[in-house]
Amino acid sequence: MNLKRFFSRSASAPAARERLQVLLAHERASSGDSDLLKTLRDEIMAVIAKHMQVDGDKVSVKMERGASVSTLAVDIEVPFDGGKKAA
Amino acid sequence: MGKVIVVTSGKGGVGKTTSSAALGAALAQNGDKVVVVDFDVGLRNLDLVMGAERRVVYDLVNVIQGEAKLAQALIRDKRLETLYLLPASQTRDKDNLTPEGVEKVITALRKAFDWVICDSPAGIERGATLAMRHADVAIVVTNPEVSSVRDSDRIIGLLDSKTMKAEQGERMEKHLLLTRFDPARAERGDMLKVEDVLEILSIPLLGIIPESMDVLRASNVGAPVTIADNKSAPALAYFNAARRLKGETVPLTTPGEKRGFFGKIFGRKAA
Ligand SMILES: Nc1ncnc2c1ncn2[C@@H]1O[C@H](COP(=O)(O)OP(=O)(O)O)[C@@H](O)[C@H]1O
Ligand SMILES: [Mg+2]
Repeated sequence: MNLKRFFSRSASAPAARERLQVLLAHERASSGDSDLLKTLRDEIMAVIAKHMQVDGDKVSVKMERGASVSTLAVDIEVPFDGGKKAA
Repeated sequence: MGKVIVVTSGKGGVGKTTSSAALGAALAQNGDKVVVVDFDVGLRNLDLVMGAERRVVYDLVNVIQGEAKLAQALIRDKRLETLYLLPASQTRDKDNLTPEGVEKVITALRKAFDWVICDSPAGIERGATLAMRHADVAIVVTNPEVSSVRDSDRIIGLLDSKTMKAEQGERMEKHLLLTRFDPARAERGDMLKVEDVLEILSIPLLGIIPESMDVLRASNVGAPVTIADNKSAPALAYFNAARRLKGETVPLTTPGEKRGFFGKIFGRKAA
């Protein structure tokens, strides 16, 4: 085995601990159905659908759950006649 | 048209999720376009093993229920641009997976990717049978241990009867992936040998993945082991398995035959 590779490694357990803390904080919160990010996502999508026909391929929703700050990015391609809701 | 692969076993904890991520990444590292699909609805973990757990927006159930488009639910890997993940739902259960829904999703993925790798849940119920339903190839993940071998035998039976291939009278291509293999214990006679498992299950061997700390380290940092440490013994074993999956002939070596000095000290296998 490669010694340099072995000795240059840092412990991976702290990374595991940190990742789990962030993830579980979000998951425990959402089991009471209070995942803010998910609620925002759903309500924003509902508002968009009210005003234009939502073409799933033209809407990209990205989330990044952080320890203290999370981000929600909704990217919508609005066509010229996007104001008309196709019924 | 891509190939659909199910990574299955019957028994839990044998290394299906680890192998799905590692093989998926290995194929993508080669430039192929790969999607790994988590079928473990209610107990998803592939997102965690692949380090995408903070970015899950939509999941397989959302797509099946029409709440999200497939393209919205796919998460592109941050390290490999041809590697994607379709996560499972954490909050709903397996009853949300309908056969029609799964078929639609798999058909669409097959068109867009070279490889569709379905990480099966443990058991022989709905989740597991739906994960294998549309497969062209099955990877049966087995540990050299009696209950795992027995469960694999059961799964092989299902692969030969409950899949689309089987129902159409075709033969399902099956490969054995022997994981968590500890050569020292096998040598001591405390563990089933490779030949023993092969003789009992009688399907061809795709690879032998050694029991290794590198797998644990990789899951700690959220990277498939073939990305986390591409020179480690399990990574090399997964790279070889991926090449065999692509049809190459790669000679088989039993990993870590000898334990070196450092191997003894640190309890690690020499590569
Ligand atoms: N080759 C290996 N060496 C050491 N640990 C492993 C290996 N393969 C899997 N594991 C560990 O075994 C456990 C179960 O693996 P996982 O892939 O989640 O199994 P499954 O999906 O079949 O339930 C995990 O903790 C994983 O890190
Ligand atoms: Mg699993």
